[in-house]
Amino acid sequence: MKFDIYDFSVLTASIHQLLGEMMGETAVMITEMVIVGIVFLTLFAILGLALVYAERKVCAFFQQRLGPMRVGFWGTAQTVADAIKLLLKEPLMTKSADKFLFNLAPFIIIVASFMAIAAVPFALGLQAIDLDIGVFYVTAVSSIGVAGILIAGWASNNKYSLIGAMRSGAQIVSYELSVGLSLLTIVVLTGSLQFSEIIESQREGWWIFRGHIPAFIAFVIYLIAGTAETNRGPFDLAEAESELTAGFHTEYSGMKFAFFFLAEFVNMFIIAAIGATMFLGGWMPLHFGGFTAFNEVMDFIPPIFWFLGKTAFLIFMMMWFKWTFPRLRIDQLLTLEWKYLLPINLINILIMAFIVLMGWYF
Amino acid sequence: MKAIINYIKEVVGGVKTLINGMKVTGYYISHPKEIITQQYPENRDTLNMVDRFRGEVIMPHDENNEHACTGCQACEIACPNGTIEIIQDRILNEETGKKKKTILKHVYHLSMCTMCNLCIEACPTDAIEMGKGFEHAVFDRSQLTKVLNKPGSKLRAGVEE
Amino acid sequence: MSVKELHKATQSQEYFVNMGPQHPSTHGVLRLLLTLDGETITKVEPHLGYIHRSIEKMCEKDSYQQIVHLTDRMDYLSCHMNNEAVCLAVEKGLELEVSDRVKVIRTIMSELTRLSSHQLWWGVMGMDLGAITSFLYGFRDREMITDIFEETCGARLTMNYNVPGGVMFDIPANFQTKVKEFITHFRKKLPEYDQLMTNNIIFRNRTEGIGILTKEDAISFGVTGPSGRASGWSNDIRKSHSYSAYDRVDFKEIIRTEGDSFARYKARIDEMWESMNIIEQLIDNVPEGSCREKTKAVIKLPKMEIYQSVETARGELGVYINSDGKKNPYRVKFRSPGFSNLNALNTMAKGGKIADLVTIMSTIDLVIPDIDR
Ligand code: SF4
Ligand code: SF4
Repeated sequence: MKFDIYDFSVLTASIHQLLGEMMGETAVMITEMVIVGIVFLTLFAILGLALVYAERKVCAFFQQRLGPMRVGFWGTAQTVADAIKLLLKEPLMTKSADKFLFNLAPFIIIVASFMAIAAVPFALGLQAIDLDIGVFYVTAVSSIGVAGILIAGWASNNKYSLIGAMRSGAQIVSYELSVGLSLLTIVVLTGSLQFSEIIESQREGWWIFRGHIPAFIAFVIYLIAGTAETNRGPFDLAEAESELTAGFHTEYSGMKFAFFFLAEFVNMFIIAAIGATMFLGGWMPLHFGGFTAFNEVMDFIPPIFWFLGKTAFLIFMMMWFKWTFPRLRIDQLLTLEWKYLLPINLINILIMAFIVLMGWYF
Repeated sequence: MKAIINYIKEVVGGVKTLINGMKVTGYYISHPKEIITQQYPENRDTLNMVDRFRGEVIMPHDENNEHACTGCQACEIACPNGTIEIIQDRILNEETGKKKKTILKHVYHLSMCTMCNLCIEACPTDAIEMGKGFEHAVFDRSQLTKVLNKPGSKLRAGVEE
Repeated sequence: MSVKELHKATQSQEYFVNMGPQHPSTHGVLRLLLTLDGETITKVEPHLGYIHRSIEKMCEKDSYQQIVHLTDRMDYLSCHMNNEAVCLAVEKGLELEVSDRVKVIRTIMSELTRLSSHQLWWGVMGMDLGAITSFLYGFRDREMITDIFEETCGARLTMNYNVPGGVMFDIPANFQTKVKEFITHFRKKLPEYDQLMTNNIIFRNRTEGIGILTKEDAISFGVTGPSGRASGWSNDIRKSHSYSAYDRVDFKEIIRTEGDSFARYKARIDEMWESMNIIEQLIDNVPEGSCREKTKAVIKLPKMEIYQSVETARGELGVYINSDGKKNPYRVKFRSPGFSNLNALNTMAKGGKIADLVTIMSTIDLVIPDIDR
């Protein structure tokens, strides 16, 4: 395969070797961890800035506006300016807030998304840790975030925050199921929970094409449930600006608020990245059986661009949802999950299992 | 069975309405020509204020630094907010040798003006009119109190007849 | 523990939440004291007075010309109708018959104001429900009307265009073409509103069957305007006590029977179509004539009481003037539609969720300065 020339494992292996020559085994491990940590921190910052900018521009164009235009060329430095502003802001706290929990909550949320992003395969050989239970791991750690939201709502000592947090709790716990089940639909096809293997299995074509209609249904459900899990519109009940002012982060300001904000965007990225990996072939180039020439041209585009492109597409879809639909009410939100998404999902997974059993997929 | 068909119909119908909504927003994002934003300070030169725009009360002066305000106080009475204050004095007229009421200051408190146009309607000599300026922000409130007749200006001859 | 005690201990506790005076969906400084059981509302208590400017008292020291411009500041979204109400009342007192031209201009301007008010309401309603994009679309179309207003009377919001005896300026030369241009534009855009919101399944679920107001309740609370008509109560002042040029145009009074939030929403959307019909009937035949009858510089009404009501975008606005023969009125009272409509809020919102309250509030289209005056 042509794209093997872009294999990052060569680079990582050489770094590993270099470090190995200089220090002992434990030291190498610690240094590598630190390097990975720094890389991800930088990635977090860049992702946050880029996604916030993208969201503001996309939203503006949906609404026939121009969006930020003043700071930098076409407002590109706007988010940097915003970040500086947030850094300089005074961190406020309500008088009778639970100080410890109040300060802890943003970190729990950010750590949860930090943990989840570790398993995301960015490109061939570019993955912090390739767990053999990758899918399971991501669904597990991404739901730690809800604890942060609940704590934030409770510790703020504000009724709006509490209502928002309780809503968010109910929402994430329910939608977790749909996310998990729709991912399972693909796992049935691949027979593996490891991301690298799932991607490898899509060498001949992406699951969304090869898995017939059930895969497509699973994809749609994943997109809906994933949007819900990130607390984004039309499922932004936890914040519900027009009802609860700002929901669970009403009382947060400055950098602590920025953490919530950042976490929301990084979570969106993770959901999109996992979706791209599971359904759209991750960093695999677009291949059609038979068109060898076409496939070879596709192979020349480095895998990292394929991955980012697919993720960007999914993020755009999620923004499209947010800037079009009205918000659901809490009971309708739960109705949608328990009466529609979950039953459809269960039947879908059965059909998929049947298809796999009969070997009807290509 | 019927229930299941209805269920499926419900789902499909619902999704259709959602897609319809997305079509609207999708149309606008794919047609950047429809953008309606006006970038204000940049378009200052091309900004076209309409003739009747009510931005502030001004008193036009001609090239001899003369205005048409006789100091009759009609505008002061017509104003609902006490925005206008006419300060006048009896000044000796050299030609006739009589003392005569003359306007010293036409004080206009922009901060209290509601741009209702009543003073302009009330003025018998059309001495004041509505200006088109709208950039009124200042750093100190006292700057919003203006004297409309320019220093050294006087009443245009023939207005009073 | 006895059964009774156990029952008491497991009962959920009610709690209070202050919604407002600074809250994104109270559209201003309205304060609602909510009694909640979980997320279910058991009681809504509106508290007023945060934007009270005592306009009625101020009117007592103002001349009749000056009163007009104060009404701009009540329901600022239907300022033209407010102006018109006062002017009609004063003209009634003076027994002054305005020319046909004035009548037609006033009607067109009123309907344009109604359209712009409903457009803004539609946008804000979408925003309250979480669809922020509609806000910008509503404003986009409203902008064309505001431009027309600006060219006609020099102001975009607080217009003060009516004066006792007529209108302040004649319509500009390009008024007709501009209005027609707007109508053709908006006839294309209004179906888009339906596509984006009205037919949307989430929107339907959020509004249908929410905040039902029965016809009896609507009448006893005095809920007028589109909100009252959505409950089946025919109360259009334009039909029942026709004023200005409404008697010479042919239009439907939008009446729906469901009385829920969706009916109120739909009533307003349909009203926009009707408003466009009215304007189209009048715009091509504005009669010639003077646009302003001469009045004395100081208007004095004889000793009398006058009541004049008009249909604003929110319902019936009544102006009551008690004159004792001086140049200032002795007492002025405004029957503002928003105040009466707000009274029905508790009846509508009880038993619903917080999200329903937001829906109901936007469907009765509150403008707080109109309530508080
Ligand atoms: S425009 Fe109205 S408020 Fe302003 S000075 Fe004239 S009369 Fe007074
Ligand atoms: S501006 Fe006009 S109304 Fe006012 S004092 Fe001068 S002449 Fe009289």
